[in-house]
Amino acid sequence: MTTLTDPPKASFRLSMLIYDTRYRSMTIQAVAMIGFMLFAAWLINNTMTNLETLGKTPQFGFLLEPAGYDINQRLLDYNSQDTHMRASLLGLLNTLLVAVMGCITATIIGVLVGVLRLSKNWIVAKIMTVYVEMFRNVPVLLWIVLAMAILIESLPAPRAFRGENPEATMNLFDTVAVTNRGIYVPEPLFSNSLGNIHLLGQSSLRFDVSVDLIAFLIVLGLSIFGITKVNARAKHIQETTGERPKTLWANLGLFFVPTGILLALLGFHLGYPELKGFNFKGGTHMRNSLIALWLALSLYTAAFIAEIVRGGILAVSHGQTEAAEALGMRSGRTMRLVILPQALRVIIPPMISNYLNLTKNSSLAIAVGYMDITGTLGGITMNQTGRELETVLMLMLCYLVISLSISMVMNWYNNRVKLVER
Amino acid sequence: MKKSVVFGALTVAGLAAGAAAAGTLDDVKARGKLNCGVTTGLVGFAAPDANGEWMGFDVGVCRAVAAAVLGDPKAVEFVPTTGKTRFTALASGEIDMLARNTTWTFSRDVDLKFTFVGVNYYDGQGFMVPKELGVSSAKELDGATVCIQTGTTTELNLADFFRSNNISYEPVPIETNAEAQQQYLAGACDVYTTDASGLAATRATFEDPSAHVLLPEIISKEPLGPLVRHGDDGWGDVVRWSLNALVTAEELGVTSANIGEMAAGTNNPEINRLLGSEGSLGEMLGLDAGWAKNAIMAGGNYGELFEGNIGESTPIGLARGLNAQWTDGGLIYSPPFR
Repeated sequence: MTTLTDPPKASFRLSMLIYDTRYRSMTIQAVAMIGFMLFAAWLINNTMTNLETLGKTPQFGFLLEPAGYDINQRLLDYNSQDTHMRASLLGLLNTLLVAVMGCITATIIGVLVGVLRLSKNWIVAKIMTVYVEMFRNVPVLLWIVLAMAILIESLPAPRAFRGENPEATMNLFDTVAVTNRGIYVPEPLFSNSLGNIHLLGQSSLRFDVSVDLIAFLIVLGLSIFGITKVNARAKHIQETTGERPKTLWANLGLFFVPTGILLALLGFHLGYPELKGFNFKGGTHMRNSLIALWLALSLYTAAFIAEIVRGGILAVSHGQTEAAEALGMRSGRTMRLVILPQALRVIIPPMISNYLNLTKNSSLAIAVGYMDITGTLGGITMNQTGRELETVLMLMLCYLVISLSISMVMNWYNNRVKLVER
Repeated sequence: MKKSVVFGALTVAGLAAGAAAAGTLDDVKARGKLNCGVTTGLVGFAAPDANGEWMGFDVGVCRAVAAAVLGDPKAVEFVPTTGKTRFTALASGEIDMLARNTTWTFSRDVDLKFTFVGVNYYDGQGFMVPKELGVSSAKELDGATVCIQTGTTTELNLADFFRSNNISYEPVPIETNAEAQQQYLAGACDVYTTDASGLAATRATFEDPSAHVLLPEIISKEPLGPLVRHGDDGWGDVVRWSLNALVTAEELGVTSANIGEMAAGTNNPEINRLLGSEGSLGEMLGLDAGWAKNAIMAGGNYGELFEGNIGESTPIGLARGLNAQWTDGGLIYSPPFR
């Protein structure tokens, strides 16, 4: 006997939103979403109401007013009559400067220490352990302050260089002055300079580009391009004939001759620091605040990177080392050509977060009076204009953009080196 | 149900907004303590002594207000603030008043929405240099490295001064007075600049104060005074008239020594009104009749506070100068108690 029953009608009732498992999760998510949005709206509304009561409705017009304060370390031209926007831009550049310098140094030290910590030499391995544990377990702010205190208290003041029998003298054939106000190193100067290109006119974001630098970079780029061509040719010959032609002299010539000629044409010479009046004049001044911040951030982050590198190396199976040794490779080469490339895949992702940490930690700069973006936009500008909410929001946005950019670049690199599975 | 959430949110928002706007006096009374913002440490103006007790000229103002409102000069919670944090602390309500040698300027009053209730010290920005530099005028400072506290008006004055005199300098921004002192003494900067009173106070703590000189130039007007938030005039009045009570007391010769007998009644009606034996000034402020008496007894009148903390008999050794009573040719002047 066959009975035909109609399939049950899929009628929708409201109660199904709660009792039907097909819809329940959606209902919960929708309610949570509405709740979250209400909470966010309440927060924003509350803030706006309170700010309005105080008579401080958010506005960003203050950015175009003259800042009125000076900044000691300037990567672009700036004076106290420039706008708050320009002051913030200078701060941003200072943040980027110390972040880039810090990331590079931290990586170099970190990789070295990480490898050395695995050394079979007991003393070297233990010293590296002590270094890592010391730096990783003390807050970075203390390292920054300590570095600054050491620089200020232990190095001679410029006045010690003065007089017949000065207490202090310049180093490296009188070219470098190490003082407690910073280190003065010779600067490159051009007597037949090609000048600068001024971009963006008189606006707050204006900047100059040195034509000398561009010319130098172009020539250098062409030289390197030539060198790769020579090497490619040598490789081709090696592959066809089995004999590799000597390329060393051609490479050296290609590298040094064109750039040398360009520098000679531009009238390249070094400007040396000289004690004039209260301070050293001339040369490039690397301020104490920059050095202290850079050193402390690099050494601190390097300790973490060292552990990541060590972990990465240990993650590569020991069989790889044994295989390489069986092929007759020396241990240095094994490390460089076999272990490290494989370890990189493990190392890169946690490395990203360390670079981000270093960049964010650079906001401690104010402890040593380094004028980064927290010091200019989030410090003096905020204080002089009283726009706390606006400046802090802008500050957060800046750090967010920097961090996301670093993540993006590093993720791109990670995708390139990661194991390609076929 | 959704509706009630929305209304609930609105109610809470409204209450929060209302609470931020008014009633500081009631808040202080209910709390039983005055939250007073001071410096992180400037000897003579506000610094903890060996026993951890806050002492100084600005601290005296805090104690006077606490005594006037709560009857107890010790009922103060001192909140150390830096040049950078002070305004946020006041605007957010973390502190009830700020007495931190803060300069009264147009933009702070109008744009930052604060009410300066008066001036307790007329100051100006000066420069301190080591004697061995042989500098006798600030105009000789071309190319010098200058230590400066960041987030202050001095920063702007400094930029203006060097700009208008067409000379260059290298600013070294510093967060607190103590750090500035360290850098200056180590020779990391040639010059330290801040309010002249602050320089004198800092120099007094040096091992050898005579090795440092203050340059003759005073490059700005710095009227320093206590301030409160805009929008709570009742509280502003309490702080303003507590300060005025100290000034008037000096003018009328009321000191912490003779206040006991004077409070019983004198034949000068203004003293009687001030000390509460006549009239109802305290009631008008929402305080009890002995408010001014308590304020004066907290640390003495204006002159006593000055002499005891920063005057010529102290290591800081500041002369009254502009800060003498108007009757002695100074600028210290209180409106009448009437």
